[in-house]
Amino acid sequence: MASLKDLKNRIASVKATQKITKAMKMVAAAKLRRAQEAAEAGRPYAQRMATVLGNLAAGFEGRDDAPKLMTGTGQDQTHLLLVCTAERGLCGGFNSSIARLAREHADKLIAEGKTVKIVTVGKKGYDALRRGYSQYIVENIELRGLKSIEYGDVKHIADLVMEMFYDDKYDVCTLFYAQFQSVISQVPTAKQLIPAQFDAAEEADDGSSEDALYEYEPGEQEILETLLPRNIGIQIFSAILENGASEQGARMAAMDSATRNAGEMIDKLTTTYNRQRQAQITTELIEIIAGAEAL
Amino acid sequence: MAEAFQFELVSPERLLLSAKVTDVTVPGSEGEFGVGAGHSPFLSTMRPGVVKALSEDGSKHEYFVRGGFADVSASGMTVLAEQAIPMADLDAGYIAQQIQDASEDVADAKDEDARQAARLVLSQLQELQAALKAS
Repeated sequence: MASLKDLKNRIASVKATQKITKAMKMVAAAKLRRAQEAAEAGRPYAQRMATVLGNLAAGFEGRDDAPKLMTGTGQDQTHLLLVCTAERGLCGGFNSSIARLAREHADKLIAEGKTVKIVTVGKKGYDALRRGYSQYIVENIELRGLKSIEYGDVKHIADLVMEMFYDDKYDVCTLFYAQFQSVISQVPTAKQLIPAQFDAAEEADDGSSEDALYEYEPGEQEILETLLPRNIGIQIFSAILENGASEQGARMAAMDSATRNAGEMIDKLTTTYNRQRQAQITTELIEIIAGAEAL
Repeated sequence: MAEAFQFELVSPERLLLSAKVTDVTVPGSEGEFGVGAGHSPFLSTMRPGVVKALSEDGSKHEYFVRGGFADVSASGMTVLAEQAIPMADLDAGYIAQQIQDASEDVADAKDEDARQAARLVLSQLQELQAALKAS
């Protein structure tokens, strides 16, 4: 049985922890708002890009002169997994759920006899995949210490991915990140980057007006060739923005439940403390009375 | 007064401008071009330069853009810029910095193609600088 002093110390330490988690929750909430705004502000660009590219690409369907980024290398042997995670922990299952999705994907590919290469963005993803998958990791990019992420910060990741593609280091590239839905729900997502895929649904959302004949300057082909690499950069950029919002959301939820847990623990410990104090007083009283009676 | 149409200027970070405009001038990669309401569907890449938009209420918007492309469709016009800065926030120092970066790109270029591309960007920037000084 712990003594009264021990109990007092434990209550004090749980209280200190609660203070920290509460502060972290508030910081995450403030950051979440900013990250969410950034993610939402980035969406129009990505959507427009997808619409324009979808229209352009539809014209190139099945043509021999379509750019390599669209058609792929014609093989399906080497897969590159681009795994985006956070730089910090203490955000619930955020990092591990992305890592788990990537791991499942990698296992499936390995079972099919394919070659797997992994590029991680973010320290936590690297830490999670280092165990058991270290021989596949070819590169680890850290985005540490950036307050807000701009397109320029992400461009070198896209450049690396593209360079590896043109050097025939892989055939298919898949991007892993968590799509932000709400504070309590972030969905780990896998998205194929190369060869480029376009959703038919996104093309249709502008209606019939898009069917009109387009004029292109310079040529259709040149535009497609400049846009495809840029689109990869944009997709990675928006994935990282989504990730940023998801991370803060996950951290906020995790810290909220930690704060609540600490509160429950304090209540329980306080009850035990009071009960023990009462027992001690009772024992002391009995001793005094017994002493008085003995006289 | 000319008919108005929907115009949007977007950079990867945010939506900079969304307004009803009557006339837009864009620095296309093959020459500057103007767009009015009812323009035929058109898609063009851009070189570094200034996008000018005249909005319905008569106010003028000017943005410096660094590459990207312009998309004109029946539903309106969208400029997707890789980088866009309002002209009011732009100063000679910024352009000088960009030129500095571009000349480094020329020096660092690995092969002839990349050098050519970097040189093109550099010359376009220098042209812009000269134009800004003149105005």
